[in-house]
Amino acid sequence: MRYSGFKVFTEGLFGNKGWQPAWREPQPKSEYDVVIIGGGGHGLATAYYLAKNHGITNVAVLEKGYLGGGNVGRNTTIVRANYFLPGNSEFYSHSLKLWEKLEAELNYNVMHSQRGQIVLFHSDGQRDAAVRRGNSIANQGDDAELLSRDQLKRMVPYLDYEQTRFPIYGGLIQRRAGTARHDAVAWGYARGADARGVDLIQNCEVTGIDIENGHVRGVQTTRGPIRAKKVAMVAAGRSGQVAAMAGMRLPIESHVLQAFVTEGLKPVIDSVISFGMGHFYISQSDKGGLVFGGDLDFYASYASRGNLPMLEHVMEAGMTLMPMIGKAKILRGWGGIMDMTPDGSPIIDKTHIEGLYIDAGWNYGGFKATPASGWCMAHLMATDQPHEVARRFRLDRFRTGHLLDEEGTGSQHNLH
Amino acid sequence: MRIPCPLCGPRDRREFYYYGSDDYLNRPGEDAPPEAWDDHLHLRDNPAGLTRDLWYHEQGCAAWIELHRNTVTHEILSARLVAERAGAAGANGASTGTSRKKAAAPAKGTKA
Repeated sequence: MRYSGFKVFTEGLFGNKGWQPAWREPQPKSEYDVVIIGGGGHGLATAYYLAKNHGITNVAVLEKGYLGGGNVGRNTTIVRANYFLPGNSEFYSHSLKLWEKLEAELNYNVMHSQRGQIVLFHSDGQRDAAVRRGNSIANQGDDAELLSRDQLKRMVPYLDYEQTRFPIYGGLIQRRAGTARHDAVAWGYARGADARGVDLIQNCEVTGIDIENGHVRGVQTTRGPIRAKKVAMVAAGRSGQVAAMAGMRLPIESHVLQAFVTEGLKPVIDSVISFGMGHFYISQSDKGGLVFGGDLDFYASYASRGNLPMLEHVMEAGMTLMPMIGKAKILRGWGGIMDMTPDGSPIIDKTHIEGLYIDAGWNYGGFKATPASGWCMAHLMATDQPHEVARRFRLDRFRTGHLLDEEGTGSQHNLH
Repeated sequence: MRIPCPLCGPRDRREFYYYGSDDYLNRPGEDAPPEAWDDHLHLRDNPAGLTRDLWYHEQGCAAWIELHRNTVTHEILSARLVAERAGAAGANGASTGTSRKKAAAPAKGTKA
């Protein structure tokens, strides 16, 4: 079924009786060409692009819970392409270009809003770094613009510019950055993949990966064994457990990252504002809630909820940056499980097991990467060659020393 | 979360710096191959459940502490000084991967 404004109008006239489920609920078959472990944003996007770009439709996406119930439904929805290092820069640039066409591509309203993202700086040295980053982004072909303090004040007058600890000197804005409706991205890819013949199988947990003589043969699941020629591990924070079924240890430690949302307010913050020195960033959802978060809780955790010290820190940082939000009431807070790598960059690669692939290590930047991650993972699985923009996301780069340490903080998983 | 420091007693989590898995204690020898360093610095079991990891009592007694705790419930089973581990101070040779598994220390339950 094709969605359109006209369809919404006519359905409204006739009691909305003509809508159909957005995807089937198939029984798993005994064999597929490709099995994707993980029905989140990246797994669904991989399935979609396998079908769309490479004509591989005998594909199953296995999800232990419900589609989009993991990190794609638990993030703060920011989409940007302001990376510095070669390897990251072209990948996120590719992703942003896919975002810009995503709604037309999927015939699905993902509410992509290019409202701009401002990264603040607070010293002459940070301004120099912002200029350098901006030039790097411009060289990549994306937009970056340095805002003076006066320009910034006209755009966002409500920041506390005179705070004594981190006085605001200006900001680097990427106007093509913004937000999107996170669940809709998963649903849009799911619907598109389903329409092309991909089986989306929910409540199906993978309990084992079958390997014979160094070749993957299929998976064991709570709904029976499924044979497969190729298997993709796309399990985000749970990647460690999935890879362990294949006897692998990954360069990943899982950490909890909290986020918070307030009650709905009238429109007040019309961009995404990142306050790096305070470990704080904020935007306003289309429902009106202020959506904000900070840094990791900093210790390995699978709890899907955070602890109070980081909550307190985030609130303090928010009050430091924009005291006007002090009376907004927090509706809820939650935690997501981040697959942190030792250099802060992801992995899209083959493994040493023939036919077994991995897409993981997204740290806390996985949402904006969803389209390009699926695109590049599908390319890798279909052609057995890394995609041009993801060729540095090697699984073995830590051993060989080809790290992509965007923040330059060293080989400690929780520092990225 | 309150962490039972063996020297100071239960203290607020904010007094501690978190370093990561106790893999960091198994420092490879000088002549170890790159794979051993990769194992030491980067690769992790990353368990959903019981783990052992390293905490530094930065705002307290400045001791390095090894916690035995649960990454799902945040329950802390036991704590001991890194200095009191067998073969402490990184004197042991290359990590073998199996040496990470140690017998559980006597547990005194401390709820997160």
